[in-house]
Amino acid sequence: MSSLRSDMQDYKDLLSKYLETKDEAILYQAEQFSKQSIQQNISPDEIVNVHYQALKDIYPDLHEQIEGSFKFLIETMISYGLAYQEHQVLREKQIELKSEIGVAANMQNTLLKTSVPKTHAIDIGVKSVPAREMNGDYHHFIKDEQGNVGVAVADVIGKGIPAAFCMSMIKFAMESFSENQIYPQWILDSLNRVVSRNVEQGMFVTMFYGLYDVYTHQFYYASAGHEPCFILRNETREFEEIDAKGLLLGVESAVKYEQLNTSIHEGDLIVLLTDGVTECRVDGRFIEQEEVLNIIKEHEHLNSQEIVEYVFKYFERLQDFQLRDDFTLVVMKRNSSLSV
Amino acid sequence: MNLHIDDHQEDNYGILKLSGEIDAYTAPQLKDKLLTLVEEKESVEVDLTKVSYMDSTGLGVFISALKLSKEKDHNFKLTNLQENVYRLFNITGLNEVISIENTIKGELS
Repeated sequence: MSSLRSDMQDYKDLLSKYLETKDEAILYQAEQFSKQSIQQNISPDEIVNVHYQALKDIYPDLHEQIEGSFKFLIETMISYGLAYQEHQVLREKQIELKSEIGVAANMQNTLLKTSVPKTHAIDIGVKSVPAREMNGDYHHFIKDEQGNVGVAVADVIGKGIPAAFCMSMIKFAMESFSENQIYPQWILDSLNRVVSRNVEQGMFVTMFYGLYDVYTHQFYYASAGHEPCFILRNETREFEEIDAKGLLLGVESAVKYEQLNTSIHEGDLIVLLTDGVTECRVDGRFIEQEEVLNIIKEHEHLNSQEIVEYVFKYFERLQDFQLRDDFTLVVMKRNSSLSV
Repeated sequence: MNLHIDDHQEDNYGILKLSGEIDAYTAPQLKDKLLTLVEEKESVEVDLTKVSYMDSTGLGVFISALKLSKEKDHNFKLTNLQENVYRLFNITGLNEVISIENTIKGELS
């Protein structure tokens, strides 16, 4: 309060100087005064009151009606003052929430961390970029006791924080599977039961799951409503679509998933992705699958991690590019047996 | 772009004719209307002739409607889907569990 009193003296001096000289420099000081008042949480009605008191000091015989009008104005400003205080509280809360979301996003990154398995048979590259702060995409690698590699890419429908919770659940379910049970059909059947039981209505998960047998070079795969994946065949230089029929996880608990397999030859390249094609705008631009595949084909001589990095750099360079959805890309290349 | 919902009801039957786009902004109003209708009517149809765009939020709405219709033992079907909208149902395997009639070839411009 004492500071308000000394400020009041300042205000009175400023006001009286200004009324005498009409000097614009004083207006600048008035602006400083208002900034200071904001910092000190002084409400608008208090400022009007300060003005009124100062005016009375400068002109002791102020007209009664003018005095009355100031009382009226002070009353009017009180609700502004309250709204302003509320605004301040909300601002603080927002800053708090934002930092909490930041912490949660960090935690999500730590929780969902998966490391790319090293194996002589295949070279693996992966990149995942969220459109917003929390990623709705998920990918996970498993290596079984024999050294075979399981890979999952998933997209949680329903974004943001609930999706993040859902993903953590999927990750822990997958980690709990024993290391000799990583065949795609079994994984999706089990995950579907977990998701159906534990996820509220309106949230669903698409997942493509593949298992690379490093001894026979068979790639086993199954899909739960996920978009098709691709193999760039070394022999034909063409992409082959790989897709298996299957319902989204979490819609019906008794679903059996189809499991297919295909031989992977030296130099073949497997592409798994979530590129947001579960949105289907006719006009407007989103990442075209074909465009992604073309870039991969042009750069297949690079190693897998370089390929995925290159794809993202390419899209980042496009001027009108804005990520509509989270985007995850996994590339697996069978090494030639000579290059070990 | 908005979503316009035309609704027509008879004793045991209700139809929603949609035109526009189904996305995170328009889905809540669709969900309200559709779930009320599925709750009350034995047979419900959603006509998607004039729906040019749908995202995954739309799928969520129709899955909820499907679940409710099963609980109530009511019929629920989608009709006249544009090809690009049908594609979503196809990829996600929902075409196997939701009854869908008449897919329109070619895209709505």
